[in-house]
Amino acid sequence: MSEPELAHAGLNLGENGELTADQAENAIFGFWMFLMSDAVIFALLFATYGTMIASTVGGPTPASEFKLLPAFVETLLLLTSSATFGRATLAMKYDEPRRVLFGWLAATLGLGLVFLALEADDFATMFAHGAYPMRSGFLSSFFALVGLHGLHVAVACFWLVVMVGQVCAYGLDARVRINLLRLGLFWHLLDIVWIAIFSVVYLQGHIG
Amino acid sequence: MTVSVPLWPAVLGRFGWLDLPFVRAWENPTASELIGAFAGALVVVGAVAVAALLTRYGKWRYLWTEWLTSLDHKKIGIMYIVVAFVMLSRALVEAVLMRMQQAVAIENPGFLSPDHFGQLFSTHGSIMIFFMAMPFLTGMINYVLPLQIGARDMAFPWANSIALWLTIGAAGLMMTSLVVGEFSTGGWSGYPPYTERAFSPGVGVDYWIWAVTLGSIGSTMAGINIACTLYKLRAPGMGFMRMQMFSWTSLCTSILMIFAMPPLTVATLLLALDRYLGFHFFTNDLGGNMMNYANLFWLFGHPEVYILILPAFGVYSEVVSTFSTKDLYGYTSLVIATMAIAVLSFTVWVHHFFTMGQSANVNAAFGIATMTIGVPTGVKIYDWIWTMFRGEVRFTVPMLYALAFMMTFVLGGFTGIILAMPPLDYLVHNTLFLVAHFHNMLIPGLLYGMLAGYHYWFPKAFGFRLDERWGRIAFTCWVVGFYLAFFPLYVLGASGMARRTQAIFEPSFRPWLYVAGVGAFILLAALVSLGVQLWVSIRNRESMRVEAGDPWDGRGLEWSISAPPPEYNFAVLPLIDGRNPFYDHKHDEGQPDPYASPAKYEDIVVPRGSMTGVAIGLSAAVAAFGLVWEIWGLAIVAVQVIVAAVVLRSFGRDQHRTIPAAEVALAHEAWLARVRATRAIPRKLETAAVNRGLAEIDR
Repeated sequence: MSEPELAHAGLNLGENGELTADQAENAIFGFWMFLMSDAVIFALLFATYGTMIASTVGGPTPASEFKLLPAFVETLLLLTSSATFGRATLAMKYDEPRRVLFGWLAATLGLGLVFLALEADDFATMFAHGAYPMRSGFLSSFFALVGLHGLHVAVACFWLVVMVGQVCAYGLDARVRINLLRLGLFWHLLDIVWIAIFSVVYLQGHIG
Repeated sequence: MTVSVPLWPAVLGRFGWLDLPFVRAWENPTASELIGAFAGALVVVGAVAVAALLTRYGKWRYLWTEWLTSLDHKKIGIMYIVVAFVMLSRALVEAVLMRMQQAVAIENPGFLSPDHFGQLFSTHGSIMIFFMAMPFLTGMINYVLPLQIGARDMAFPWANSIALWLTIGAAGLMMTSLVVGEFSTGGWSGYPPYTERAFSPGVGVDYWIWAVTLGSIGSTMAGINIACTLYKLRAPGMGFMRMQMFSWTSLCTSILMIFAMPPLTVATLLLALDRYLGFHFFTNDLGGNMMNYANLFWLFGHPEVYILILPAFGVYSEVVSTFSTKDLYGYTSLVIATMAIAVLSFTVWVHHFFTMGQSANVNAAFGIATMTIGVPTGVKIYDWIWTMFRGEVRFTVPMLYALAFMMTFVLGGFTGIILAMPPLDYLVHNTLFLVAHFHNMLIPGLLYGMLAGYHYWFPKAFGFRLDERWGRIAFTCWVVGFYLAFFPLYVLGASGMARRTQAIFEPSFRPWLYVAGVGAFILLAALVSLGVQLWVSIRNRESMRVEAGDPWDGRGLEWSISAPPPEYNFAVLPLIDGRNPFYDHKHDEGQPDPYASPAKYEDIVVPRGSMTGVAIGLSAAVAAFGLVWEIWGLAIVAVQVIVAAVVLRSFGRDQHRTIPAAEVALAHEAWLARVRATRAIPRKLETAAVNRGLAEIDR
């Protein structure tokens, strides 16, 4: 369908002669559906975690393992990275100088990598306490949920590096624009999932 | 279970000589092992024979450039269906073996060992669902959908190729398990804790996990692609309520795929974590809980039933309307019923395990929800009957399948109502009654539908009709074979015979098992008849050509173009002004001539072929093979190939080809000229050689 009123409100692609709104809309819409199926995966892991939270079998418990401060810092890092990615998207939309775009993308990547490093440190601390996934159902479900999120962030960081390479190779052509927008959506989804992890896993573990 | 000494663990992982069925048969030549070795040899010989024939006739390059690397939705659809037929052949032979075993193993060990029997029912179920039904319906949607909605391809042709190759890779893994190692004995649903390492230490469950995981990822991608195509690529003017019913059911199926395949991926991957890394999701000890698996699996498993059945409902809607020479009765109610089924399918999963310990109130709620699904399904059956009412019904092969479906499916629905009542379910759960029930739903509700679609759209895809006589023979065998093979199982199940039984100790079951065994052979004869039909049809293709493209006086847009269609489907995208634009334009006074030359042509952009889909799908299968055998290096390299292929493709440009307007015009005008020279035939000559694909219109 090509009626202009159907144009996707969130398409921050800017003016670009070679890319019609139709093409961009299809590409982004398809990616949204992928994100929804990915969200189903996270929802199921949350549900699994919810049913296994009490299965500590005499081992480490949420209260004994979760440290609120590092988790809070990680939350702030990811929230900030979403803001920096948003700023990078605007740099793309308004065709700002290339170094502005690269600067914001680099900031996003840096925040993502620091997040991963802190998370790895959390995991290492837990392992040192004997809180490893083979210990209990609770820890299995914790590491599967939080670990899968971490894996997503790592993939997103890798993707970001690839996108920087593509901007260098092709400039902001139609496909680079679409893929940057898709990466942005992916990044923001991970941010939202993390907020759920912070609330459901860390806050609940700390309070409960 | 094989106990094999690893040969060279550093390189070959868990592999030892005893993992080869040939060595096992040599050392222990029982009937069971010999059958296993024969099956393995058949896979090897089959693969070598295909390769040899391709080399002999010099067809490798043609196959590679025109088919395997193609991103054309039509070719991808056909390849899916080829996979489905190959896998159907294997799984049907396995079914015959199981029926034979049960017929002879009455107070007798029979000829199949319990372990071999377990592998057979596990592969039979897994293949029929994931590698016969899913590829068949995905292929059919892939082929037909863009033609029905007036699109030139799917929304994501490259993802389409990846999804196909993931499916082929996973099917290849199933075949590999015949030659190297063994398969799971845990059934198609793979319930832990039995499938945990503690109880199933061999490679079988790992084969199952990875084959199903690759298949589920492929199906998720296919679902996204189909839904996006339907939402975004419909021809100008085609609102939702102007789509053909098959398009509607494809839409609902694709939505179910997007939301129902991820639970399966989660279930199998968590089981993999348990097996490979010692996690405790579903183990008996340390806080594991297998009920989580049951819930995850059936959160997928029940919607899956409707993923399988809805496309067949779509085919029946097309077939019944076309061959009754009437508009579909109750179009709107069919749309609503389809949507209602799609939504309700997510609310009934607990009925797969009524006996596993939840409270009576929970069971009651899910039992009632289950019966509710019968309502929209009943609406559909009545709509099809009303469509036939006072129509000029032509009993062609697809229509025969539709009629057999309506009778048989309703009977299956009745037994479904029995199973939906938790107190009754307690009595017959895990018996052959259940086996009879779900075959009674899926054979008419999926297989007959797909076969009807195969006969209906084959002339469109290949340009010639299928032989009618052999089609009727095959149809008769499918129907008679079904009733003989499965109705005895209702009796046996109600008498208490457990499913998946390798040896039977109740002599009074004997006659019923014999009848079921005969039925299985008739079903095998049905498959052979389909093969003969294809052979005969190819041999006589010149006398069955329908190049004008409309052999059945069809309704949807797919019949308005040549058979086979050009790569770009539509020379000019059609403007849609009604629900059956092609039919109405053919039949109604004052409508534009559907075979008129268009005012002008434009350049058409089509995707170039790409080998990355092949590379990704096959690498995924190789990675899975490495994981099964714990050949870690192989798995790591294969995953790196996947990542490299994705990144390289994303750096590629110039991935499309433009077909100039002049070329399109030349081809289209030539076809139109041939259509004008074609003799239009009345419906009563539909199955005769004079049917060249142009319908006679009496206004």
